[in-house]
Amino acid sequence: MKHSTRRLATLGALTLSAALVLSACSGSGDTSGGSGGSTDGAGGGDATTAVKLQLQWLPQGQFAGYFAAADQGYFADEGLDVEIIPSGGDIVPQDALANGDVDYAIAWVPKALGSVEAGANITDIAQIFQRSGTLQVSWADSGIDSVADFEGKKIGSWGFGNEWEIFAAMAADGLDSSTVQIITQDFNMNAFLQGDIDAAQAMTYNEYAQLLEAVNPETGKQYTDADFNVISYQDTVGAMLQDAIWADTARLESDTAYQDTTVKFLKAVVKGWIYAAENPEEASAITIAAGSNWGPSHELWMVNETNKLIWPAPDGIGVIDEAAWDATVKGALSAVNETGASPITKEPPASAWSNDWITKALDELKAEGVDVTGESFKPITVTLAEGGN
Amino acid sequence: MTTGAETEGLRPGPEAGPPGLDTAAGGLLDQRSGVENPAGRGNPAGRGNPAGRVARNERIETKARQTPRGARELQVWAYGALGLAAIVIVWELYKLLAPADGVVIGGLRVLPRTTDLAMPHIWDMLARLFEPVTRAEGAAPLWAAVGAGALVTLGIAAVGWLVGLVVGVGLALVMLRWRLAEWGLLPWIILSQTVPLIAFAPIVRSWGSKIQIGGFEWADWMSVALIASYLAFFPIAIGALRGLQSPDVIHTELMRSYGIGWWRTLVKLRVPASVPYLLPALRLGAANAVIGAVVAEVSTGLQGGLGRILIQYAGQASGDPAKAWGPIFGAIVLGLVVAGSIALLGVFLKNYRRVEVNA
Repeated sequence: MKHSTRRLATLGALTLSAALVLSACSGSGDTSGGSGGSTDGAGGGDATTAVKLQLQWLPQGQFAGYFAAADQGYFADEGLDVEIIPSGGDIVPQDALANGDVDYAIAWVPKALGSVEAGANITDIAQIFQRSGTLQVSWADSGIDSVADFEGKKIGSWGFGNEWEIFAAMAADGLDSSTVQIITQDFNMNAFLQGDIDAAQAMTYNEYAQLLEAVNPETGKQYTDADFNVISYQDTVGAMLQDAIWADTARLESDTAYQDTTVKFLKAVVKGWIYAAENPEEASAITIAAGSNWGPSHELWMVNETNKLIWPAPDGIGVIDEAAWDATVKGALSAVNETGASPITKEPPASAWSNDWITKALDELKAEGVDVTGESFKPITVTLAEGGN
Repeated sequence: MTTGAETEGLRPGPEAGPPGLDTAAGGLLDQRSGVENPAGRGNPAGRGNPAGRVARNERIETKARQTPRGARELQVWAYGALGLAAIVIVWELYKLLAPADGVVIGGLRVLPRTTDLAMPHIWDMLARLFEPVTRAEGAAPLWAAVGAGALVTLGIAAVGWLVGLVVGVGLALVMLRWRLAEWGLLPWIILSQTVPLIAFAPIVRSWGSKIQIGGFEWADWMSVALIASYLAFFPIAIGALRGLQSPDVIHTELMRSYGIGWWRTLVKLRVPASVPYLLPALRLGAANAVIGAVVAEVSTGLQGGLGRILIQYAGQASGDPAKAWGPIFGAIVLGLVVAGSIALLGVFLKNYRRVEVNA
């Protein structure tokens, strides 16, 4: 027994030392994780800065501008080595940013505001999408022509913070959210096509295209716009700001290297989106090469529809329109879901958004002769093939 | 997802053989190791090794060898194919005969819809496998894309399984050595499996992204492998502990009376005795590793594996219903391959497999 006690002590000591080694590793990792603004001497004379960008979902046309900026070398031109990290089902971008795992994150404003209220110290530094791309789609003969017709219907939503525009729009119309049955949608539109949902949530750039790519079993041909009633939240009071670039507030305030990196990063991103607007076909191909598995026509549709949400940008791409921000906050405060919960309960702090960095980036770009408003932007016409192929 | 169950019928030769074969092998083993009936518990009575019985068993064995082995194997494969054909027939018959909207009782759908969207024809799904993934130039056929994804997932799951094996057996040894450790660790090991993956995956990735030791940098696939190992170690730890504790008291006491130490008892008695418990545990662990890898890939959005393809193609299921089934077939094949590998391991360890214990 004495013998085994000694062995137990040895083992305990080993475990302890292993734990110490491991915690030491993660300790040293903390400093490197937060060192997005510091430089390492890679690439000969030119120092590059490592930057991690967390997306909200898998690579797809919605993020074409970031992939274009990487592919076209805009990040490299600014001395940045940007790693674009896709998200899966359980990675919340604004939380990854608040944890210090990444340097910047793409997130919808109402979702991020929820995290801000929960304690995340993050700032919206560029409002890439100026318009909401959310639709509620029903069959043409359903009689659901406006939000007011939602009562008593089966309304589809993806949940996870994607549903707040529905409830904000309903609240603005004086509707009680408990009168609708919220059905959680999965990755495709099958539930709607098979009649489980009366009005399904769809993004202009993705799910709506999925519907137009599906074959109508009655005609044997693809569905067309005429088959559906489409309510666009952009036309309702419930419209909320979507894809924005979020940064770490504390580092923006005190870390000069991070401030510098932020402006450079935004400049490259803006150039990437300009590239995507001018070359949708190429941007679509770049996104597919970056690991998006959509068919070519679906990907092109996505890039084109995403461009429509960004361009033209009269104030300059990424500049946060205070009125739209206030409307988003108001909508988020008023939205009550079917269980009685709201995304936020009080006004977000002033640090939740700032135009300082995007203004600086746009000024530098304007000085270089870059058009950052896209006044002449013309979307292309995309014909969707069956299955998005 | 598949477990070893499907392969049970396909498992070749020795394990499916008549009992005489196993007993004979066991008897020989007993003579070699000089230990009487190590995995004694659970053995059918009379499985010890009186000298005469060994001889008779050997006769049975030769007789067994004489029955045309090829024919028996063919039979096994034929049953396997028959099972597969039955699934195809049931699928298509249901699709043909059941109402398009499925069967709904009291607002609950108890049987699925039969539309092409919900249940594509088997031949459509198979044909889709041989068409290109997309019409983009140079696109690989679907089966190749799914196969490449399955290989990535297999590699990650294998790493997870190996880590799970080391950790699981390590924990079992610690718990075997010290009763106190067993009392202290076992509840935590069981508790560990109640942590939902949905909460666990982001934390693992977050920690991983902060680990950097010299030139070593934590890669995203390692987070996935870690989650796979987290699911894999559990059955292995439990099975290994049960197996290592399986020798009867008289056998351990015999060892003690010989003055043989703990380590040699472990190697000579406990480890051989644990094999029948360990093999099913390893199989469970392997199945868990595959599930863990796929789920963690979905969860973290890791590129290249089956999990990622699974959600991406699921998003395309409205316009291309048959495509979404590709990765599902990939997962089935992956499960068969993994279960088959463990069965292969069982062939190498057949001398120790005197009884099969279900974990």
